[in-house]
Amino acid sequence: MWEYSDKVREHFFNPRNSGPLEEANGIGDVGSIQCGDALRLMLKVEPETEIILDAHFQTFGCGSAIASSSALTEMVKGMTLDEALKVSNQNIADFLDGLPPEKMHCSVMGREALQAAIANYRGEEWSDDHEEGALICKCFAIDAVMIEDVVKANNLNTVEQVTFYTKAGGGCAACHEGIEEILAKVMLERAGPGEVSPPPACPATPEAPRPPSAKLTLVQKIKKIEEVLDSVRPMLQRDHGDVELADVQGKKIYVHLKGACSGCMMEAATLGGIQQKMIEALGELVQVLPSSYMPAEA
Amino acid sequence: MEPIYLDNNATTRCDPAVVEAMLPFFTEHFGNASSIHAFGSEVGKALKKARSQVQALLGAEHDSEIIFTSCGTESDSTAILSALKAQPERNTVITTNVEHPAILTLCEWLEKEGYIVHKLKVDKKGRIDIDEYKSLLHDRVAIVSVMWANNETGTIFPVEQMAELASAKGIMFHTDAVQAVGKIPIDLKSTKIDMLSLSGHKLHAPKGIGVLYLRRGCRFRPLLRGGHQERGRRAGTENSASIVGLGVACELAMQHMEIENTTVRRLRDKLEAGLLSQITHCFPTGNVANRLPNTSNIAFEYIEGEGILMLLNKVGIAGSSGSACTSGSLEPSHVMRAMGIPYTAAHGTIRFSLSVYNTEAEIDRVIAEVPPIVAQLRKLSPYWSDKGPVANPQEAFAPTYA
Repeated sequence: MWEYSDKVREHFFNPRNSGPLEEANGIGDVGSIQCGDALRLMLKVEPETEIILDAHFQTFGCGSAIASSSALTEMVKGMTLDEALKVSNQNIADFLDGLPPEKMHCSVMGREALQAAIANYRGEEWSDDHEEGALICKCFAIDAVMIEDVVKANNLNTVEQVTFYTKAGGGCAACHEGIEEILAKVMLERAGPGEVSPPPACPATPEAPRPPSAKLTLVQKIKKIEEVLDSVRPMLQRDHGDVELADVQGKKIYVHLKGACSGCMMEAATLGGIQQKMIEALGELVQVLPSSYMPAEA
Repeated sequence: MEPIYLDNNATTRCDPAVVEAMLPFFTEHFGNASSIHAFGSEVGKALKKARSQVQALLGAEHDSEIIFTSCGTESDSTAILSALKAQPERNTVITTNVEHPAILTLCEWLEKEGYIVHKLKVDKKGRIDIDEYKSLLHDRVAIVSVMWANNETGTIFPVEQMAELASAKGIMFHTDAVQAVGKIPIDLKSTKIDMLSLSGHKLHAPKGIGVLYLRRGCRFRPLLRGGHQERGRRAGTENSASIVGLGVACELAMQHMEIENTTVRRLRDKLEAGLLSQITHCFPTGNVANRLPNTSNIAFEYIEGEGILMLLNKVGIAGSSGSACTSGSLEPSHVMRAMGIPYTAAHGTIRFSLSVYNTEAEIDRVIAEVPPIVAQLRKLSPYWSDKGPVANPQEAFAPTYA
């Protein structure tokens, strides 16, 4: 069974604001009955100020879906619509003191219900960008189409890279075999028949890098490090996060993870991906660590 | 208040007599059964006794037909992979689409490896079509593997008849009987079943012990190769304490078979009738006319199973659900989908599975506790208005797929 936080359990056992809301003027219905999670969010918005005066929900779903719905209604009451649109799924999960990785999609559903209800109030058409492929990563709800597209677009070769780019495989790891199958398929297409050599089944420790012909000066090194960070930044920003160099101490590179990246449960995977790129760019073994690991000044 | 355990198809508690019989095999009888000295021979004798106890419960002709394994899943994999290895000219497996993942996941992998897998469909009550089955029996079929009873609904399959039909065409027949053994009488020597899987922890023996029954004369290839244990058919030092425990559990199951089919059946029927009479828009799933005596699976429409289980757990009642959320998948139980149960009901299925340890008082309490829980969750459901489902539920609430 899942380990739910006390707050999730409390919101499930005593849901706030459940049931229909007669005076609702913005309604969002999202979810999938197939997946067993669906939510109707009802907002009562004051037209002059666009402040959410009241919010109710009805949910067909599991304990964390009901708790996420309940949390969402509590969070958005009193917000303006523009403020409410800034509520992320991570905000909902944080409000509940976290959700198990397999249940993060419940908070995603909450955020989408909010967007749908606001669109409904404003008379806009809301549609989500959901792909229709076979579900591969159940923890982060990433499907085969998405993984294949990303593998092709970025010339990815390993499961670690796929996790870095899409989050897929970053939770329980049960889908790694499925990701490997997609990688094998794309790599075969990429190489044409008879030319493909499968990636090593056992991740080798990064091969001893060839010593660069001339040792990099500290300035050259930092420049390269910044280049790597610039290359990953767009991906992090897409998830409302960012990264910044904090310090370089010998083989240790300390970075600040910012925005949604800070405290994200994918932090380790993110840093691992950056580290891989650093090793390739610098031609030497380095460690990428969060700035919180920096030794205190003596 | 004492908790009530109604999840015996998931696992059972070890019978105290089983535990007591096992304990000496962790201490004074620690020897390796293969050793020539006294430490070993004591264990050897105990294994022999356990083997005959399992043989008796299964009605096997020879005790050498009993192979101890680590679990039901190992027995299933061993059986199917053996049949394919031993008959390289045959490339097809016949099974059903309501098997346990121990079979289905293996079969999916076999398909990727190039084998052909036919999965028999089931009707609304979870029954297979015997004519469809007959039409699939041909000389490229290596093995038929059909569960004796379904773990979610308790529906019993006509495996004895199906084994006869397979045998007539010279095809091996395996049955995953982990739910059936100990609950309904089994007499393998009077059937044409070649292989059978059982799992200790489903019948009050510990986890980590299973059996593969292998009919004498059936061609076999081991899964684990190594030492000579189990006559070379399953290498690895015997799990002697658990084997002894399983032997005792099998003997107890023989003694309890009558109670299982009278008292337990009556309590199950009382529970089901008590819930169906108090709660609207719910129905039992599977073939209620022919199912295990301990299992009741009820679909509560318009609500989701995990919520029901959490509220049941809060009042000390343990059951299980076929909803997507409880399994960590995003699809409800494949068994419910195979029977064509709509999503709004499939996600709300709750399985109550009893054992001989359940009492009348417990069942009375469950009958009293469940209705308010269902009502509480329906109040939150977008498909439910005051007293019943909203008109045209599927149209009234048709969310955007997110």
